[in-house]
Amino acid sequence: MTALLDVRNLAKSYGGVHAVRGVSFSLEAGQILALIGPNGAGKSTCFNMLNGQIRPNAGSITLAGQDITGLAPRVVWRKGVGRTFQITATFASMTVRENVQVALLSHHGKLWAAFRYAGAAYLKEAEALLALVGMEAQAARPCGELAYGDLKRLELAIALANDPKLLLMDEPTAGMAPKERVDLMRLTAGIAREKGIGVLFTEHDMDVVFEHADSVMVLNRGELIATGSPEAVRRDPQVRAIYLGDGLLYDAKHREGDAA
Amino acid sequence: MEFILVQTLSGLASAASLFLVASGLSIIFGVTRIVNFAHGAFYMLGAYMAFTLTDRWTGAFGFWGAIIAASLVVAVLGALMEMVLLRRIYQAPELFQLLATFGVTLMVQDIVVLIWGPEDLMGPRAPGFTGAVTVFGRMVPSYDFLLIALGPVVLGLLWLLFHYTRWGVLVRAATQDRDMVAALGVNQKWLFTSVFALGVFLAALGGALQIPRTTVSHSMDLAIIVEVFVVVVIGGLGSVLGAFVAAIIVSELNAFGILIFPKISLILVFLVMAVVLVIRPWGLFGKPESAPRPAAGLSIRPWRPFTPAERIAVAVGVFGAAVLPFFLGNYALTVGAEILVFVLFAASLHFLMTVGGLASFGHAAYFGLGAYGAAFLVKFTGAPMEAALLVGPLMGLAGAVVFGWFCVRLSGVYFAMLTLAFAQIAWSIAFQWVDVTGGDNGMLGIWPSTWASSPRGFFWLALGIAVVGVGILRVLVFSPFGYGLRASRDSALRSEAIGIDRRSMQWVAFIVAGTFAGISGATFAFLKGSVFPDFLGIPTSVDGLVMVLLGGIETVSGAVVGAVVYKALAIWLMSQTDLSKLVLGAIIVLLVVAFPKGIVGFLEDLRYRLRPPRANGAGPKTAGYGIAKVEAAE
Repeated sequence: MTALLDVRNLAKSYGGVHAVRGVSFSLEAGQILALIGPNGAGKSTCFNMLNGQIRPNAGSITLAGQDITGLAPRVVWRKGVGRTFQITATFASMTVRENVQVALLSHHGKLWAAFRYAGAAYLKEAEALLALVGMEAQAARPCGELAYGDLKRLELAIALANDPKLLLMDEPTAGMAPKERVDLMRLTAGIAREKGIGVLFTEHDMDVVFEHADSVMVLNRGELIATGSPEAVRRDPQVRAIYLGDGLLYDAKHREGDAA
Repeated sequence: MEFILVQTLSGLASAASLFLVASGLSIIFGVTRIVNFAHGAFYMLGAYMAFTLTDRWTGAFGFWGAIIAASLVVAVLGALMEMVLLRRIYQAPELFQLLATFGVTLMVQDIVVLIWGPEDLMGPRAPGFTGAVTVFGRMVPSYDFLLIALGPVVLGLLWLLFHYTRWGVLVRAATQDRDMVAALGVNQKWLFTSVFALGVFLAALGGALQIPRTTVSHSMDLAIIVEVFVVVVIGGLGSVLGAFVAAIIVSELNAFGILIFPKISLILVFLVMAVVLVIRPWGLFGKPESAPRPAAGLSIRPWRPFTPAERIAVAVGVFGAAVLPFFLGNYALTVGAEILVFVLFAASLHFLMTVGGLASFGHAAYFGLGAYGAAFLVKFTGAPMEAALLVGPLMGLAGAVVFGWFCVRLSGVYFAMLTLAFAQIAWSIAFQWVDVTGGDNGMLGIWPSTWASSPRGFFWLALGIAVVGVGILRVLVFSPFGYGLRASRDSALRSEAIGIDRRSMQWVAFIVAGTFAGISGATFAFLKGSVFPDFLGIPTSVDGLVMVLLGGIETVSGAVVGAVVYKALAIWLMSQTDLSKLVLGAIIVLLVVAFPKGIVGFLEDLRYRLRPPRANGAGPKTAGYGIAKVEAAE
């Protein structure tokens, strides 16, 4: 059986700086995989390549056996990849419900319909999605006045609108209060396990990572340095060195140790 | 061969002034991110001021001193404008900045006529450069050689200024990252003002240097600004070198375009611009815009269709308009029909601008194309009015298909400048291709069919077209297509991530808007019984923008209200004062600075304040320029 997402030797450089090099991993349906690493490790670049915002220099991305390398984000989305952003991106001039309706209209290929009322389209589905993330009470509110935590939940509802096989979440809890973070990730994990959605997320909050991830990958300076269960990664000496900063990171001897 | 060389020299000489003005515009944009529409006005003021001063001061010192002094005086005026007007709108959407500086342009046009009179003025020759040099048996004015040398000299001086003075380094730093420069403790206000003054100085110098070559007239501002827009679109905004190279390209294309296509000389420039835009959308030396700024029209209050009560009110309003012919006289009905024509025009622009987030500065192109389309049908095929009204607007549609394809590749100011340039190209074709369009004399005798020939009949026809047109556009706003369009306006990132093909949607919106503008243009042709190049002119485009702005850019119904109020006001104003441009310009500036939400936006605010929508909902919103006051959910 092929993996849901299979990434091979992904690489991207910006004028001599190797932002990401030789990253390979795979993700099964229903699995929750965390991608962690210090600032500037290449997490966001990696993410943006997966959903097509950035074209990789080399490597391949395969979604359920289909090559999606270098496709535009909107094409990738049509193949069943939902995405949330580090800084929420929603439609500020619409109500909460309309935000989800637009995603549903797009999913059903109805965006070119010119002569029906969009506000009445896919009402039930929109309500169901909002209920799933606990936003049904706020459906009629203008999106522009929502609190940040609610915007994050709305983004999740939008990302789920196309019944995705894979959910990409770039720092899903960034900018949220501690309690909200835990709630949002529990919610996401619950939905993913129930629907068999594969989730890949980046995160700085280790509590969130270790509570929910089935597996953790650590990215440092563009390369994957550790992959495994949360427990194994937690004990990995290299990972400890990066996060605790033993001062040997830029030491030549240490780097030789890396290669060995 | 000799002829080609002489023509090349003439082109290079024209490039000098163009470069001066364009580099000033580019420097200002680099630091302040404002495209200064009034740059052409400062160019014109420089020429007029130099005319006055060279008239007083004679001799070589007097002449060159006057040129410099005139430029300095205008630079001070520019700095004043920056302090009084622009400082208030740096955070506003680009559309507002373009409109405000256009308002200043309008005011300057009338002020110039007030001070210097409406006649073209002839300046003195430059002392020491009065003769001509014989090149391969042809006479080339020696002043041209001075101008040819001046371009590279100014480019070199600017380079030295930006690389070897503290101020220049700050300007370059601010061009790259304004926030960082501010964080380093540099006084932004004075940096912006001084940069603006330098840019205006260059524009005024460009104008002042023109007086030995051409006559000084009060129409030189719009002529140069369009060419300058073409130059910066080709060269890349913010790049002085780009302005230099593109000014030479454009001037040479103009010099040779006249030889190859004497009737439509602008066509060569257009082709080159099109090629550059396809290969390098940010211009030859420009850099891609970073994050696009929020488009105008972003309202925090979600739109909704009319409630049943509002529907009844609209029906009553339409009925009221329909019975007007029983009460009003012929003149009032003709004015009414004109207002109705512009209601549809404004609504079509509103669809593109507010719903699509694409602020077009050349929407009159499609209005005019529709009018000419109808006129061609009547004149060349003898078609009746009904057929011409149906088929004529297809020319607006065709124009929108072609021009829109290029325009939607860009956004923000680039989009605005490109739409303006396309409209100006359409205008110049109508103006220059005399055999087909009649040129400045227009095409006459475009009369309606008998049943619509009375003012009353035509009023009903215009009303029917406006009601159906606005109705269709309104249905589109609330259709899935309208939502998708609005989604790509609100967040390019999110809409792409949910499978919306932004560019195709915007292109279709452009075509829809162009078609409806074409319909209103065709109607207008039959109302006037004639078509003129003015229909495609910049003033017509700006009229549309002001209508939408006056009505309320963030609202759905604003365009209709704005068109009625503005058109009625403008017609009344014309009958009351000779200084209509001065008043109109002042109104535009006032609108942008003090009243950016327009009439309908103001009324909606009022209604929210008096009656909040729900008990648990948030209270009244007082959003300024899209800066939402975000309230906690709990």
